Amino acid sequence: MLTIKNLHASVEEGAEILKGLNLEVKAGEVHAIMGPNGSGKSTLASVLAGKDGYEVTEGSVDFDGADLLDLEAEDRAKEGLFLAFQYPVEIPGVSNVNFLRTAMNEIREYRKEDKLSAKDFLAKVKVASNLVELNDKLSGRSVNVGFSGGEKKRNEIFQMAMLEPKLAILDETDSGLDIDALRIVSEGVNKLRNKDNAIILITHYQRLLEYIQPDFVHVLSDGKIIKTGGKDLALELEERGYDWINEEIAQ
Amino acid sequence: MMSTYTEEDLAKNLEQQEYKYGFTSDFNSETIPVGLNEDIIRLISSKKDEPEWLLERRLQAFRAWEEMIEPEWAHVNYEKPDFQAISYYSAPGQKKKYESWDDVDPEMKETMKKLGISLEEQQRLTGTAVDFVVDSVSVATSFKEKLAELGIIFCSFSEAVQNHPELVKKYMGTVVPHTDNFYAALNSAVFTDGSFCYIPKGVRCPMELSTYFRINEGGTGQFERTLVVADEGSYVSYLEGCTAPMRDENQLHAAVVELIALDDAEIKYSTVQNWYPGNKEGVGGVYNFVTKRGLCEKNAKISWTQVETGSAVTWKYPSCILKGDNSIGEFYSVAVTNNFQQADTGTKMIHLGKNTSSTIISKGISAGQSQNTYRGLVQIHAGAENARNRSECDSLLLSDRAGAHTFPYIECKNSTAKIEHEATTSKIGEDQIFYCQQRGIDEEKAIGLIVNGYCKEVLNHMPMEFAVEAQKLLEISLENSVG
Repeated sequence: MLTIKNLHASVEEGAEILKGLNLEVKAGEVHAIMGPNGSGKSTLASVLAGKDGYEVTEGSVDFDGADLLDLEAEDRAKEGLFLAFQYPVEIPGVSNVNFLRTAMNEIREYRKEDKLSAKDFLAKVKVASNLVELNDKLSGRSVNVGFSGGEKKRNEIFQMAMLEPKLAILDETDSGLDIDALRIVSEGVNKLRNKDNAIILITHYQRLLEYIQPDFVHVLSDGKIIKTGGKDLALELEERGYDWINEEIAQ
Repeated sequence: MMSTYTEEDLAKNLEQQEYKYGFTSDFNSETIPVGLNEDIIRLISSKKDEPEWLLERRLQAFRAWEEMIEPEWAHVNYEKPDFQAISYYSAPGQKKKYESWDDVDPEMKETMKKLGISLEEQQRLTGTAVDFVVDSVSVATSFKEKLAELGIIFCSFSEAVQNHPELVKKYMGTVVPHTDNFYAALNSAVFTDGSFCYIPKGVRCPMELSTYFRINEGGTGQFERTLVVADEGSYVSYLEGCTAPMRDENQLHAAVVELIALDDAEIKYSTVQNWYPGNKEGVGGVYNFVTKRGLCEKNAKISWTQVETGSAVTWKYPSCILKGDNSIGEFYSVAVTNNFQQADTGTKMIHLGKNTSSTIISKGISAGQSQNTYRGLVQIHAGAENARNRSECDSLLLSDRAGAHTFPYIECKNSTAKIEHEATTSKIGEDQIFYCQQRGIDEEKAIGLIVNGYCKEVLNHMPMEFAVEAQKLLEISLENSVG
C-alpha cells in the first residue's frame, strides 16, 4: 500500500531531517515507528501528509499506485491518507459535525460517490462517537475548541472512524493521555483495524503498543530506519533505550 | 427547476418579452445637466412634484453643505469626487445597465451562479430583464395587500412624500439632521429616492421587509434616503441590499438611513453590501459614504447587522442614540476587504437614558493589500445611570500585505457605567488550513469554512436565508485571497 524509497527531506532552506528512509507497509499491517526526540518521526508524518515547509530532495513514495509526493495535501486525504495530529487544531465557530460533513462530501465527490444523506451521516456519527466514547455534545461544538487534551485525541480517532482511511498515521496519539483515555483510544483504533487498511503508529512509548499490537516495530534515528523487529523490539527499547542499537551498528 | 433552462432560452425569452411589453418605447432617459446649484435642486424638487416644505429643506441642506469642508479620514485614501461633474437626477427605472444578457460580465454571471441566484433573479438584478417578471409581481402584490391590512406602510420615499407627507415631515431629519456631516448634507439636498417604512402602534410586522419586494422601483440612485419608523410597541425586521454583485456607473454613493424606534418598539436592520469593489488592480469601484443612525425611545431596541464585502472605499458607522431609559442598541458587523479595498466602519453608541445598554461585535477580515479599519465611539452621558456596553473587535488577516486597524473611543461621564472592550488581531492559521486539507478540504474551501466560523456570532443575528447567502458571499469574496 505504501512504499517509501530512499526518502530525503529537509526543512525549507534548512537542515536535512530525513536521510534516506525506506519503509514498506502492506494492507492489514500495523507498523510502529519509535525513536528518540529529533529523529524525524513527526517530520515523516508531515511529509507524507503534505504539510508546507518541507522539501523532499530525493526519493519516492508510492501510495496504492499513486505518486504521493505529487499530490496536494487535500488529494492525499481524498486518496485515503489520514493523519491523526499530535496537536489537533482548533477552528472556532465551525462545528465538528459541519467540519466532518464538509470533509466527507469533498472526499466522496472526489471518489465520484453520492453525498451522504443527513440521516445516514448522523447514524455514522453516532456509531463513530460511541467507538471512542465521545460525548454527543462534543460533535456539535466547534472543532477542538474547549476540548480537553484527551477529548482532542479522541476526536481525532472519531474523525478517523468517520473518514475510513486506507492508511492512518497516528502521530503521538498517546501523548498526554491518561490511562483510561489511552485504553479508549486504543480500543477504538483496534476496532477500526481490518485487512484492507493499514496503520502507522508514531510513538515514544511502549505503553501504547500494549494496547495496539503492531506487526512491525521500526527504530528511526537520525532520519533513517536503523532497526526493524517485531513487537518485542519495543519492550527491549523500553528497557535498554536507543543507544545500544547504534553501538550494535557500529560493531 | 431551472436546470434545463439555458442561456439561449433566456435570450429568446427576453426577446419575446421585450416585444410583448413594448419595452423599447419608454427607454428615454430623463437626465438633467451635470452640476450642483440651487436651480438644479429646484429642478429635482419640481420634477418630483414635491411640496414646498421639502424644497425648503433641500435648499437649507444645500446652503449648509456649501459651508462644509469635505472630511479627511485617516487610513482612507481616495480621489475626491468632483461634485460639479455629477448629474443629480435621472428618472428612476429607466436606466439600463446592460443592453442584453450577453453584455453582462461573465465573471459576474459566474458569481451569481455560485450564490445560487435563479436565472430569473439574475436577469432582474442585472437589469437585462424587462421590469415585469410575472411571479414577482404576484408575490409582491399579495405581500403588499397583507401589509396594508395591518396598516404597515412600505413604499418608495417619493411615494411617501406624496401619500404620507405628515409622517415624512415629522420624522425626516430628526435623527440625521442635514447639518450632521458633509455627505449627509449633500444627500439631504439632492436625494432622489429611497425607502419609507412605517409600522403602526403595537403591530408586529409578520415578514421581513426587503427592498427586494419593492418592484418597479429599481435605480434608486446614488443618493438614497431611507426612513423607518416603528411606532410604540411595534416590531419590524428590515433587509437592505443584496448579495448579488451590484455594478453601477455611479462612483459615489452617499445614502442616509434614519431609524426611529418609539417607546417599546424594536427595529432589526440587516444589510448585505456588495457594490462593485474595483478590479484586482484597485481601479474603479464604488465609494460608499453612508450615514446610518437610529434613535431609541423608552425600552426600545435597535439592532444593526451588516455584512460588508463590496465597494472600493466604504465609510459607515450605523449608530444608536439610546435616548429613552432601558433602551438597547446593538451592532453586529462583518467587513471583508480584498485586493485594494478600503473599509472604515464601526458604530457609535450614544447613551443618554438610564439603564441603557449596548453591544458591539465587529469582525474585520483583510486580504490582499486592503485596509480594514474599525472606528467606534461609546459615549456615556452624565444622566445615563447604570449604562452598560460590551465591545468586541476582532481582526483577521489573510495576507502579509493587508492592514487591520482598530480605533475605539470611549467617553464616559457617569461613574455608574460598566464598559468592557476586547480586541484581538490574528492571522489565519496555516495550521488550521492544513488541518482542513488533511481532511480532504482544499485551501479555498478551508478559508471559507474558517472565515464563516469566525463570523458566526454576527451571521447568527441575520435572518436565516439572508445569513446563508451572506455566508456564500464571504466565501466568494475571499477566493484566491491567501498570500
